[in-house]
Amino acid sequence: MMLWNAVLLALREIRRNLMRSFLTVLGIVIGVSAVITMVTLGNGATRSVSDQIASLGSNLLIIRPGQHLGPGRDSAGAAAFRAADVEALRSQVAGLAAVVPVSSKSVTLVAMSRNWSSGVTGTSRDWFATGKWQLAAGRIFNEAEERAGAAVCVIGDTLRRELFGGQDPVGRQVRVKQFSCEVIGLLASKGQSTMGNDQDDLVVMPLRTVQRRLTGSVDVGSLMISVRDDGTMDAAKEQITWLMRERRHIGPGDNDDFSVMDTRQIAETLSGTTRVMTGLLGAVAAVSLLVGGIGIMNIMLVSVTERTREIGIRLAIGALEREVLLQFLVEAVALASLGGLAGIVLATLASMGGATLMHVPYLFNPGVNLLSFGFSAAIGVVFGYVPAQRAARLDPIEALRHE
Amino acid sequence: MSVPLIALTGVTRRFGDGPAAFQALRGVDLSIEEGEFVAIMGPSGSGKSSLMNILGCLDTPSGGSYRFRGLAVETLDRDQRARLRRHALGFVFQGFNLLARTSAQENVELPLLYRGEGNERRRQLARAALASVGLEGWGHHTPAELSGGQQQRVAIARALVTGPSLLLADEPTGNLDTARSHEIMALLTALNRDQGLTVVMVTHEADMAAYARRIVRLVDGLIASDTRNDAPAGPPEGTS
Repeated sequence: MMLWNAVLLALREIRRNLMRSFLTVLGIVIGVSAVITMVTLGNGATRSVSDQIASLGSNLLIIRPGQHLGPGRDSAGAAAFRAADVEALRSQVAGLAAVVPVSSKSVTLVAMSRNWSSGVTGTSRDWFATGKWQLAAGRIFNEAEERAGAAVCVIGDTLRRELFGGQDPVGRQVRVKQFSCEVIGLLASKGQSTMGNDQDDLVVMPLRTVQRRLTGSVDVGSLMISVRDDGTMDAAKEQITWLMRERRHIGPGDNDDFSVMDTRQIAETLSGTTRVMTGLLGAVAAVSLLVGGIGIMNIMLVSVTERTREIGIRLAIGALEREVLLQFLVEAVALASLGGLAGIVLATLASMGGATLMHVPYLFNPGVNLLSFGFSAAIGVVFGYVPAQRAARLDPIEALRHE
Repeated sequence: MSVPLIALTGVTRRFGDGPAAFQALRGVDLSIEEGEFVAIMGPSGSGKSSLMNILGCLDTPSGGSYRFRGLAVETLDRDQRARLRRHALGFVFQGFNLLARTSAQENVELPLLYRGEGNERRRQLARAALASVGLEGWGHHTPAELSGGQQQRVAIARALVTGPSLLLADEPTGNLDTARSHEIMALLTALNRDQGLTVVMVTHEADMAAYARRIVRLVDGLIASDTRNDAPAGPPEGTS
């Protein structure tokens, strides 16, 4: 009863000083919306990464030299793979559907007097099926071209747009460094990936072509292996690890100088990174919530001073100390909660917009919304208590004489 | 007569300590029965306000005892005194002390709110109190929209709405012109006469004190005289 009256009173007081109330809660609004937006977009990005990797299939293994995945990986000490490794894996490990070598190099491409920097992927024909790529036009390279290291390439949709102005590129020539290469196929667009890179910005050539004409070495950067549906991932991983240790002459006590990861692990690693980022940004945003709380405390102190006379009247009329305390506390909490609500609305809009811009799904997260709202209300209690107590402890005689 | 409404015995009030201490009341004995209309007069610094604050249970005596209907006020804590104020006392101040930007109706409802009365009952009682001070239909006006005299009437309605045993008026006409002052005094007189309301009023204007039936003069924290006024004043000619 008393509480309900206090709420009504608080809302009226807030409405009376609308501009001031708005400025007071701005800190909370920004804090809450920042927390929610960060967490929501972070979750969306995490989901998107996992979805993308999961779309490659659960039966994919990626082998890289060195032990780390992700930016800053250290593969300097570890030897690259060779074409012979591919053959050995194909013939000696049971249950594999495909073993695909991948060697990449950044190059500048020239066609129709236009330039474009992109990455060339040298690989085998199995790459297309393993990566679930579809052709939009033309064909992929055949076995003879692969074996001969022919100057043929399949390009992604971005190159068609950037180099050929959107025209059909099949049959045309692209100059890559000093050699000319015939475009024999066009990949269907996959769009932008979560990490913000354009998946269609690539050129695919036979491995041998890349090795001979671009990298000048017989190294293979990494291996993609798809396991047959009837094989088990763990068994395949174990056999691959065993074979590669033997081929790379690693002693029984030594660590692997290569890593075999399945898509689930990769997804976990990547989403782990996103989670850490989300956590950090969320923490920064939480600090701004705290700053918002200090703003509320400041204004409530000013308000108590301004309304000293009113408090005196209320006390003289017979308001109890705790009733005055409640009134001001409720006002602070109402301010903070309204700020929290406004923050949630703002965050919803910002998250939707951000999700669209970043090409990640918008995932409404009730937990973080409720938590932020609860937290802002709690900030109202914490930072409203001191001013409210100051109001409640006023001496009615002094307060009435104020001004 | 049984217990007096107010019984002060040797009441002192001291502010501060040591040589800077100021003795506002030096031992006041005063007894007021229910139904009286008492004016407290005295020059500034005579202790009128200190006495009023003690009578209003806003302050407690430094020494002596104050019994309100036999209840020793100096033994009550802050919340108990607040409860006593909300149930038994009504205040009228010189500066009206209405809540700004709040309608007259809501100002009058305020004490009922703290007493926990329901919405409907609050509204009815407040309307009746406003009507009793001649402000029927003015309930929706805020203090800024009312004249000084009207504001003081609202304040009186607020003091009356709880049905108090004692109305304390601290210079109730101090901020009003002569005509308004006499109106307010007529109202207080009528409340005292018709409803038997006990009124204690502080004033330094002799023609306002003349409305009271008993006049207590304070000088330097002591009662200098306590006289009956057997012919209380009525409103002068030309006012109503």
